[in-house]
Amino acid sequence: MAAPQISETDQPAAPLIDRPDPAQHGLQAHSDGGSAFVPVQTRSERFTSTSPDDFEAVTGREFEWKFVPLAKVAHLISDAVDGSPTAFSYTENGGATVDWIDRTNALIGSAGAPEERASANAWSSAEKALHILVTGEDGQETVIRRDRFDGSARAAHVVIEAAPNSKGTVILEHAGDANLAENVEIVVGDNAQLTVVTVQEWDDSAIHLSSHFARIGRDANLKHVIVSLGGSVVRVNPSFHLVEQGASIDSFGLYFADAGQYFEQRPYVDHVAANTRSRVNYKGALQGEGAHTVWVGDVLIGPHADGTDSYEQNRNLVLSEGTRADSIPNLEIETGNILGAGHASSTGRFDDEQLFYLQSRGITEEEARRLVVRGFLAEIIQQIGSETLEARLSQAIEVELLAAQATE
Amino acid sequence: MSVLKIEDLQVSVETEQGTKQILRGVDLTVGEGETHAIMGPNGSGKSTLAYAIAGHPKYHVEGGSVTLDGEEMLDKSVDERARAGLFLAMQYPVEIPGVSVSNFLRTAKTAIDGEAPAIRGWIKDLDASMKALRMDKSFRERNVNEGFSGGEKKRNEILQLELLKPKFAVLDETDSGLDVDALKIVSEGVNRAKENTGLGILLITHYNRILRYVKPDFVHVFVAGKVAEQGGPELAVRLENEGYDRFLADTTVG
Ligand SMILES: Nc1ncnc2c1ncn2[C@@H]1O[C@H](COP(=O)(O)OP(=O)(O)OP(=O)(O)O)[C@@H](O)[C@H]1O
Ligand SMILES: [Mg+2]
Repeated sequence: MAAPQISETDQPAAPLIDRPDPAQHGLQAHSDGGSAFVPVQTRSERFTSTSPDDFEAVTGREFEWKFVPLAKVAHLISDAVDGSPTAFSYTENGGATVDWIDRTNALIGSAGAPEERASANAWSSAEKALHILVTGEDGQETVIRRDRFDGSARAAHVVIEAAPNSKGTVILEHAGDANLAENVEIVVGDNAQLTVVTVQEWDDSAIHLSSHFARIGRDANLKHVIVSLGGSVVRVNPSFHLVEQGASIDSFGLYFADAGQYFEQRPYVDHVAANTRSRVNYKGALQGEGAHTVWVGDVLIGPHADGTDSYEQNRNLVLSEGTRADSIPNLEIETGNILGAGHASSTGRFDDEQLFYLQSRGITEEEARRLVVRGFLAEIIQQIGSETLEARLSQAIEVELLAAQATE
Repeated sequence: MSVLKIEDLQVSVETEQGTKQILRGVDLTVGEGETHAIMGPNGSGKSTLAYAIAGHPKYHVEGGSVTLDGEEMLDKSVDERARAGLFLAMQYPVEIPGVSVSNFLRTAKTAIDGEAPAIRGWIKDLDASMKALRMDKSFRERNVNEGFSGGEKKRNEILQLELLKPKFAVLDETDSGLDVDALKIVSEGVNRAKENTGLGILLITHYNRILRYVKPDFVHVFVAGKVAEQGGPELAVRLENEGYDRFLADTTVG
């Protein structure tokens, strides 16, 4: 009988610059056959600009774009987009205020700057920014529901700010149709504890290119969770800058791609200051012809980031033929004096042997799949910390599974 | 009295060189509470018989029947057979990432019984069985078979046997890879299941030593895809001493 098909790369602290061969786990032949192009420059030297014209025209050969179905998103990269504010709804709870701020506000740009053209296009087009200021200290939850976009090309800018010593959760919920390029800045004040969850449950037609930039202050913690379940092309790329001593990031991701869906996430952890800590953990499930997911995890431990403690991992679970999961961890270490740095990447298949084993214990095929997927993704769901949202997402995943099975 | 009846079972697999016939007319009848040992050389088709009974999709039934109390099993799906009362303890149990042992066992128990077990009784049974098999409680939270040693995987198979209470079980080399202590512990588990539920057993093994603990009523010699000889427990001793040479005179393995 075949052995379980899990491939793993678990490695302890890497040498000075470690760019392992990109792991490419397609169950389908990889169309270009070669390994992914990884620029040899370090991540910190990557070009940034808020003006799209400073970037060269995108050809699809760039590492940032090489996996994306470019035809579906090209207009968001190079055409004019509508940057006027779009209505949203939110629940008032006292722990936070929500308003629109001008693009000239000093907050804009305080957490980062675009590294690619679609992000710059959105940056320069957005007329106002949605500003969520967390001041409460009791961990209140603010839910922003963004479900009033439509199919027209739009740009948006969001700033989530956690005041020093505050504690709270901000949930961005996305549903309906969208054709959206946006930037989300997250500014975590000293000693604050902020949770940001972005949930993409878009309609099948939706396009969403989102860049998140976080600046995490002294002894502050950001828990950042990306959940992508619906949409045609959904890309959420967060950069986390640990710029002050004792700053930490817990970056989680959960995605479930069905037939024809493309979900990408590229968490980048930038250890700038000493004694900073990062944990990156993304899990994805793929089911159905043409389901494609991409995870690129960059961790940069800078020359002054002594005492860094860092670990990143991505695990994918493949549920059917015809899917493709790209998983590429990159670790650059520029100081010898760290606590730990490691990465792991694996793509496992829910295979016929596992199915047989579960069925031979009386469990039906549908139940077996649910059992495996539920168990696999539960680790991430449990991290969210909002009971209501956790319950709703568990339910949403069950629905995904049922829908995918119905079309088999 | 329950009875598992295998008649003229013929099974093939698809190989790169084409269809390969493996089972060539197997006849075996196992009554309730009976233990039948199956011994035979490597590649003779013992695991194939086990998988074919359980319904593994890789094995194609070309002819014959497997009935449980008169009901044809070969028409049923894998999970239907399990719910009808068949159990296979695998030679190489499969790892299931992301699913904890306790979740798996509860789901299986619910599926087999058609209703969820009452929580308190279930936890008590689980604890008792794990204790008897000397499995630490921490196994409940581990993923099924993931990172288990060979011996731990075999104990986990017998744990399921005890909890799911099938009518008939095929144990495929459950004794392989067990040290003496583990062999005793696992054998006791099998014997408990026999006593408590009248389990009928097809016990596939290469060694006589498990048969000292799990006493067979019959021993069958399996050669080239069929039963070549049958006898009582004394046949197992003879096979261990003499090997299979006298059956292999005119056959080659593979
Ligand atoms: N997928 C396959 N392709 C080719 N040959 C196969 C396949 N599956 C089984 N066989 C062959 O069928 C024969 C019987 O295998 P089986 O595993 O049933 O033997 P066994 O009696 O259990 O042996 P062992 O004592 O080594 O466990 C072997 O010759 C094996 O190589
Ligand atoms: Mg075998």
